[in-house]
Amino acid sequence: MTALPPAFENWFTRRGWHVHPHQQAMLDRADAPSLLLIAPTGGGKTLAGFLPTLTELTNGQHEGLHTLYVSPLKALAADIKRNLRTPVAEMNLPIRIEDRTGDTSYTQKRRQRADPPHILLTTPESLALLTSYEDAPRIFKGLKRVIVDEIHALAESKRGDQLMLAISRLQTLAPGLRRIGLSATVEDPAAIAHQLACHPDPCEVINADPGPDPDISMLTTDEKPPWSGGGAAYAIPAVLEHVRQHKTTLIFHNTRAQAEIFFHNLWLANADDLPIGIHHGSLAREQRERVEAAMVAGELRAIVCTGSLDLGIDWGDVDLVIQIGAPKNVKRLVQRIGRANHRYNAPSKAILVPANRFEVVECVAALEAARAHDLDGDPKGAGPRDVLCQHILIAACGGPFHADALFAEVKRVGAYATLTRAAFDDCLDFCATGGYALRAYDKWKRLLQTAEGHWQLRDPRAAQRIRMNIGTIQDTDTLKVRLKRGFKQLGEVEEGFAATLTPGDTFLIGGQVVRYEGLKEMTVEVTRRGDKTPKIATFMGTKFANSTQLSQRILRMFRQDNWPELPAHTAEWLNLQREVSKLPEADRILVESFPHDGRQHICAYGFAGRNAMQTLGMLLTQRMEEMDLHPLGFVATDYATLIWGLDPVLDPAPLFREPDLRAGFETWLSGNAVMKRTFRGAATIAGLIERSLPQTRKTGRQATFSSDILYDTLSKYDPDHLMLQITREEAMRGLVDFGRIEEMLTRTQGRVDHVILDRVTPLAAPLFLEVGKVPVAGAAQDRLLEEAALHLMDTAGVSNL
Amino acid sequence: MNGHSFTFCDTRCTALPSGALHLPDHDLLCVSDLHLGKSDRIARRSGVMLPPYEVQATLEKLESDIDTTRPQMVICLGDSFDDLDAALSLSDDMALWLSRLQAGREWVWIEGNHDPGPVDLGGSHLAQISIGALTFRHIASAQTAEVSGHYHPKHRLAGRSRPAFLYDPSRLIMPAYGAYTGGLSSDTPDLQQLFDDQPMAILTGKRAIAVPVTKTPPRPHFRGMSY
Repeated sequence: MTALPPAFENWFTRRGWHVHPHQQAMLDRADAPSLLLIAPTGGGKTLAGFLPTLTELTNGQHEGLHTLYVSPLKALAADIKRNLRTPVAEMNLPIRIEDRTGDTSYTQKRRQRADPPHILLTTPESLALLTSYEDAPRIFKGLKRVIVDEIHALAESKRGDQLMLAISRLQTLAPGLRRIGLSATVEDPAAIAHQLACHPDPCEVINADPGPDPDISMLTTDEKPPWSGGGAAYAIPAVLEHVRQHKTTLIFHNTRAQAEIFFHNLWLANADDLPIGIHHGSLAREQRERVEAAMVAGELRAIVCTGSLDLGIDWGDVDLVIQIGAPKNVKRLVQRIGRANHRYNAPSKAILVPANRFEVVECVAALEAARAHDLDGDPKGAGPRDVLCQHILIAACGGPFHADALFAEVKRVGAYATLTRAAFDDCLDFCATGGYALRAYDKWKRLLQTAEGHWQLRDPRAAQRIRMNIGTIQDTDTLKVRLKRGFKQLGEVEEGFAATLTPGDTFLIGGQVVRYEGLKEMTVEVTRRGDKTPKIATFMGTKFANSTQLSQRILRMFRQDNWPELPAHTAEWLNLQREVSKLPEADRILVESFPHDGRQHICAYGFAGRNAMQTLGMLLTQRMEEMDLHPLGFVATDYATLIWGLDPVLDPAPLFREPDLRAGFETWLSGNAVMKRTFRGAATIAGLIERSLPQTRKTGRQATFSSDILYDTLSKYDPDHLMLQITREEAMRGLVDFGRIEEMLTRTQGRVDHVILDRVTPLAAPLFLEVGKVPVAGAAQDRLLEEAALHLMDTAGVSNL
Repeated sequence: MNGHSFTFCDTRCTALPSGALHLPDHDLLCVSDLHLGKSDRIARRSGVMLPPYEVQATLEKLESDIDTTRPQMVICLGDSFDDLDAALSLSDDMALWLSRLQAGREWVWIEGNHDPGPVDLGGSHLAQISIGALTFRHIASAQTAEVSGHYHPKHRLAGRSRPAFLYDPSRLIMPAYGAYTGGLSSDTPDLQQLFDDQPMAILTGKRAIAVPVTKTPPRPHFRGMSY
């Protein structure tokens, strides 16, 4: 056992602290090349990560950068800086600690490059930028350790892939580099360890004592949850009562729009004027910081929030977590519950609030999964190639590189361990020449190969543009919202939403109703004169799809003879469904058909999650159109797709034939808006499209053209181009999620049960109330335009022109 | 044909859904702002290599319009090339294709702000040209009975924004014809101040659709890439 240096021993004793077993374990294994620590929130995780470094730096011998700390949030880096400086100052240790993020000043950044601190706290993007400088070898040559905090959150996104590529670069610059990952509870620690380690080195996983099981329950109210919707307005009085009974409550929502509505309604009902705040990613930074400060100071009784509070910033004394709406994903639920009772070894308390009747079933399933420690998650695919392309460009900014050496370095990243040389060369070719079938850029290659075989930028000035485009966070089209005649910024809304506003419209932002006045230099100007019912701001961030594991659990529940664990109103509903039709089964697709309101309906229960069911709706209606069944529209939820049309479907089984669905998928993809957005994301990361920077964003520049044009052009003239391959690959997941349609087809193997009824079934009924109905356009687009034109011409009295 | 026929300054015109203007009485086809070689210029200047297919895509469209209208004269109304170097860098295939399109008809390159000098690709080079009652030039002037381009107008209808012809009794502004072109919304002051009366817009797309332009407050413009 490695003993703590006396200064530390005394400091712990003075505070009445003991070294936790997992902190000791980290200290004992300080020399391991990689370590992954899995610990619940409040377990002294960060200190455990830093203890080996702090003890190594005690003697004041190390010169330059010793440890790099990377976290997904700027705020977290700043938070850790404060928390770390306290013990360092109190123990009088000769250690310099600084952070470096997008908010750090230019002078400070320059100084840090010339004279790096011992411990540098940063984000994946700032680190990638650092590695792109010519002097990176000098900055990092003495680096001993890298600590990746909240690695479970990073590992889920491309930011994690970019980070691991950067760390692999650092490993070359500092061969003795050791890695520490700090993670919340996850379903598959080995997968994260594989991503963290320098492949093929092993990575030991240290599990901290998870603490006592949380105390989770589902909210029961006298009032029954509604049949559909996500607002959970019925639960407001009960939620307020819980807020009253607890010290600080976090009220989590799955979407920002829902958080805004709930917050608005909560205040309307808040007769006691309890101090309640709102926090989500679309709010202005100042506004979020104010809420954060008030919370740390213990001034708030509750915060209505979204995923923006998911990560491990210390928010003080939270003693209750309320989750509004089914959690959709058990792992996220467990991590959120961990936010309550930050004190180690005290059980966290959480309440789930189903927003509608089906969510009662989902919440009960999630509760059981959480109690059984059965976490969910989809295995992550191989390292994305758009991120690799950006990495190659970053490498080129740093100076000439050799393809063999860079390939070897990339292969040492777990996610890219299976990358073939051919795939790497494709990415390199894309960076060098654009990778087009038409070799048009011989004269203007971005990268050139020197006589010695090194690759370098043709024009060194290009480095500047590449650096400005570093990062993998999706560029969202948002506009700032500001009070008219004031500087106060309230937050952001999606550009698409702003485009639907006409002066006088009202919407919710930051919990207040505001009135749209006009647009000024890409800023939405509003006044605080909300007296009408607000339109709702549509924020970016889509609804989460129910996880595969949770869907499976619900299908298993459906096999039970009765449901003592469900409230009576919900159990009766399922019984009624069983009586008049069937309950869906995991290994078959249930299709109900019935007439309603003069239209023929089919409802297909696939349980593939919202995004996949939406895609299925597109594909099925497309097939029905081909079969002259005249579909008119559809709507999708996590478990079913409801389609209405003019003709009855007599035999639905052929609609689900895999080859036909797959062929339809290919056709549908080419014209799809989601694909175009996916393409834009990948093309921006890979450096084909440059991010539009604030200073270049002006209203109506004719030099600007949409990336959709590039997608259409590539699809037509170069369909096998790397960017389209990447786009198709991503369509298997995310918003298109064809992967889960395939999973559904595999588990059901063509077994389609068709139940013909004369009226709507209990399970299908809520779908009629769902928002987000999609009309089947067919050839209707141009007809709609013509009709609108005709109407305008009529109104203007010029229809005979 | 899905074009929209109208009369402008006593001249019969058809706005084709592609964004070309056909004058049947003069056997004339006019296209504006082709911006050929845009991908080449962007690569040269920034290192970003866009799909190099915009020349092909634009010429395909032009060929199809020429095939349907069989004009005696083609006017390219300026900014035909993204810059003069882009004209020089046109591949042999594309130059050959262009000369095939030029064969047997009169071809006029009007100078634009992107391509102010002559290019070595056949046809004649002019700052402006008058045909019948109309004058064709790149950027709108104070003169009436004028057809111009330059602004890449777009118009929004039923939630969709498309390249559009804009005209009033005295001037007509052509949409950009090139594959890699963006546009300026019809409601921007720069465009609105060019028209004395309420202009008409003819949207391009599958069919050309005419609508009156109503004064609307500015809306957020769709964000694309800027170079």
